Amino acid sequence: MAVAGGLLLAGCNLPTFGETKPITSQGQDSIKLWQGFFIAGAVVFLFVFCLIAWASIRYRRRSHAIPRQTQYHTILEIFYTVIPIVGVLILFGFTFVTENNVDALPAPKVSVTVTAFQWGWRFHYAKQDVTVIGIELQDPEMVLPQGETVRISLRSHDVVHGFYVPAFDFSRYAQPGITNRFTLNLHTLGTYRGQCTQYCGLFHSLMRFRVRVVTPAQFATWLRTHRSGGTTSRASLTASAGGAVR
Amino acid sequence: MTDVIVPKVAGGAYAPVHEEHGPTGLMKWITTTDHKVIGMSYMITAVALFYIAGLLALGIRVQLTTPHGTFISFQQYNELFTMHGSIMMYLFAGPFAFGGLANYIVPLQVGAPDMAFPRLNALSYWLYLGGSIMMLMGFGVAGGSADFGWVAYAPLSTSTYTPGLGEDLWIMALVLTGFSAIFTGVNLVATIFYLRAPGMTMFRMPIFTWNMLVTGILILIAFPVLTAALVMLFCDRHFGTKIYSVTGCHTTAGIVDVHACGSAVLWQNLFWFFGHPEVYILALPFFGIATEIFPVFSRKPVFGYKGMVFATMSIAALSTGVWAHHMFTTGTVLLPFFSLMSLLIAVPTGIKFFNWIGTMWRGQLVYTTPMLMSIGFLFAFLMGGVTGVMLASPPIDFFVHTTYFVVAHFHQVLFGTAVFAGFAGFYYWYPKMFGRMLNDRLGRVHFVLLFVGFWVTFIPQYVLGLHGMPRRVASYPTGLGWQSWNIASTIGAFMIAFSFVVLLVNVWVSWRYPVPAGDNPWDAHTLEWFTTSPPPHHNYTHLPQIRSERPTWDYNHPDAPTIRHGRSQGPPNGHGPYTGGDGGPPGHGNGSAGVARGVPAT
Ligand code: HEM
Ligand SMILES: [Cu+2]
Ligand SMILES: [Cu+2]
Repeated sequence: MAVAGGLLLAGCNLPTFGETKPITSQGQDSIKLWQGFFIAGAVVFLFVFCLIAWASIRYRRRSHAIPRQTQYHTILEIFYTVIPIVGVLILFGFTFVTENNVDALPAPKVSVTVTAFQWGWRFHYAKQDVTVIGIELQDPEMVLPQGETVRISLRSHDVVHGFYVPAFDFSRYAQPGITNRFTLNLHTLGTYRGQCTQYCGLFHSLMRFRVRVVTPAQFATWLRTHRSGGTTSRASLTASAGGAVR
Repeated sequence: MTDVIVPKVAGGAYAPVHEEHGPTGLMKWITTTDHKVIGMSYMITAVALFYIAGLLALGIRVQLTTPHGTFISFQQYNELFTMHGSIMMYLFAGPFAFGGLANYIVPLQVGAPDMAFPRLNALSYWLYLGGSIMMLMGFGVAGGSADFGWVAYAPLSTSTYTPGLGEDLWIMALVLTGFSAIFTGVNLVATIFYLRAPGMTMFRMPIFTWNMLVTGILILIAFPVLTAALVMLFCDRHFGTKIYSVTGCHTTAGIVDVHACGSAVLWQNLFWFFGHPEVYILALPFFGIATEIFPVFSRKPVFGYKGMVFATMSIAALSTGVWAHHMFTTGTVLLPFFSLMSLLIAVPTGIKFFNWIGTMWRGQLVYTTPMLMSIGFLFAFLMGGVTGVMLASPPIDFFVHTTYFVVAHFHQVLFGTAVFAGFAGFYYWYPKMFGRMLNDRLGRVHFVLLFVGFWVTFIPQYVLGLHGMPRRVASYPTGLGWQSWNIASTIGAFMIAFSFVVLLVNVWVSWRYPVPAGDNPWDAHTLEWFTTSPPPHHNYTHLPQIRSERPTWDYNHPDAPTIRHGRSQGPPNGHGPYTGGDGGPPGHGNGSAGVARGVPAT
């Protein structure tokens, strides 16, 4: 009940419980699931917490009498086996639906191939012949249009990396020999932080990038001015990177 | 010393109790095959390694108090978290539980004179010690220790990216400790199946022993896979095989062509096929410890004994089918299957929780240090378990995977088990092992500092993870509000460290000013409390009649037998505890005098 209630409530305007506000449709789906799980989890936590706390305080030793040596209560045991099974199945149902939405691969309007390498990123817009590369310790910027279906194809040049943009509420490994594809439908204009999340060697900590969401018109202009491939991003050495490398 | 029980053991007669011959002092420790001495060596080594890994964690935490920490370099940071994780996982938690406590306690709990294969047991310890030293030697070699994380993901762990000697030492160390674990697993399973005393049927075994049986079986399933995977990794590094390696497999376009090449993701599959059962290998023994402690300090039998056993078995069975929940974001695994299997583990875990609470319910709770630590374990594991259910849902895992949320989650479960429950066991069995008590007041101080420090350390890490701070970073951006949470976490870590100084003081006090423990200071239930503290060379001169899973309790409280199946009255299995034998005088507690008592075997 708590589970279902939590997940239903999640439809309303709830806080994101600490998680970054999503700027993609996919992220919004995931966040609804998170809100449901958070509420269900909080209810279960508080319930069991209170049971433990009550038992520990109420049944402190009061006398030296030996308490009743009860060992089994079959009905109760069946009860606390079946209820969690039902709860888990409900959670799984919602997971299954959300997962299919988040992982869906509709036909894209814009495709970007993202290649991770030690320690940087390459964003390649094949159709438009535009490439952005972050040289070591410079944060490259991936420019994406608002409102259109974007397909990212993700892979790695060397070791395993992780493509993670907190504002997408999403991450995916970039792996050698495997291409991972996923879809983004971006809602909100702005510049967002991205970072490698899978440990990939010495400068993993500094393997960052940015995502800039622009209007489709601005996007078209940006593509035109950057055509001809191999353009290195104008990324400046961020203060953070400069200060930390030794 | 009149009657001697001669249990019928598989494979020959039981050597009657005799005074120990042979070397003494240091030589005795080196040449021994006594499970108690080996168990103690294991525990001392494991706890020493726990202190080392804890110091490494402090180094990590100091580095993170400022966004661009300059306490250590990136390279050193990477070595620190790798070695912290590796020591905690491979060299502390497991060996402490199944090499140390189980080695000492299981033969006692089933009434056996020793482990089934005492020499193999000694070999296990020496392999473990050798492996541990080998892993630590990494700090001394040029290029430093291993620095690819405790999971050593390929191809970062192949020689192209981490060519150093430290990495090779790490691999060889794990092969050695892996064999040590396998041998211990064999020993535990054989001991529990074949060396139980008369009357000790499977369903009269203490839950700790049950959990160690299941742990032993899990070890035999999981560790050979790790060992094989490591050998293949070593071949990739040194003999030019291409099992995981992708070196030289790039097409002209610069992409990796898998068809001509090793499969990096194979490592993740093999590793986690070991790695997830491993986390239960690290959890089940500690569940077992808590399940010994709650009944004793509630003065009741464990609630739902059989449910507890089946919950343990189903956790173990499920744990072999959930490895890919560590790989949701690889995009290469069947999400719904692994998600459902992982969510289902919450069910038997929940059963355990309710059984623990049921054990305390209407009891007479005595708050000694072991009991406090066990309750600390309940709270820690509760929150770790709830966040674990969240991680089992792929869309949620997608955004918290490899962030500090996961670091907080697995510390709540691992710290909850290995530290809270682990040291609960330490406080609980210390009197049995050394015949002297630990100071309860210092124990409480230890607990309070540890408990507060624990939450102060790990709650901020949940917040950081949700705010998007990745794990395994030596430096993080300014202006995101992360620093204050990190400082809080570091303060907590120092509280934890301080609490373990208190433990050292406590142990010192118990040596300097010993307080004799007697045989059964806690009025405990299981067989090991029937013999002297510490037990004699072959453990028992006498055994009580074993008519339930609480022989010592039955002996001391013949008028308070377990009430089964909701029946209002009735002694265990329809017999009074002493009707079957020729009866030693029941009803007097077995105090500290160590006088031989009990009833001879039929
Ligand atoms: C003594 C208190 C402890 C503190 C303060 C502590 C702190 C930390 C921190 C801050 C990290 C994250 C490092 C990073 O991602 O950059 C870490 C990683 C880790 N810790 Fe602990 N920890 C403690 C105890 C334990 C225990 C008891 C265990 C297991 C039994 C454990 C197992 C691990 C593992 C497996 C990792 C992951 C290493 C990796 O990323 O490869 N820790 N610890
Ligand atoms: Cu990385
Ligand atoms: Cu797992």
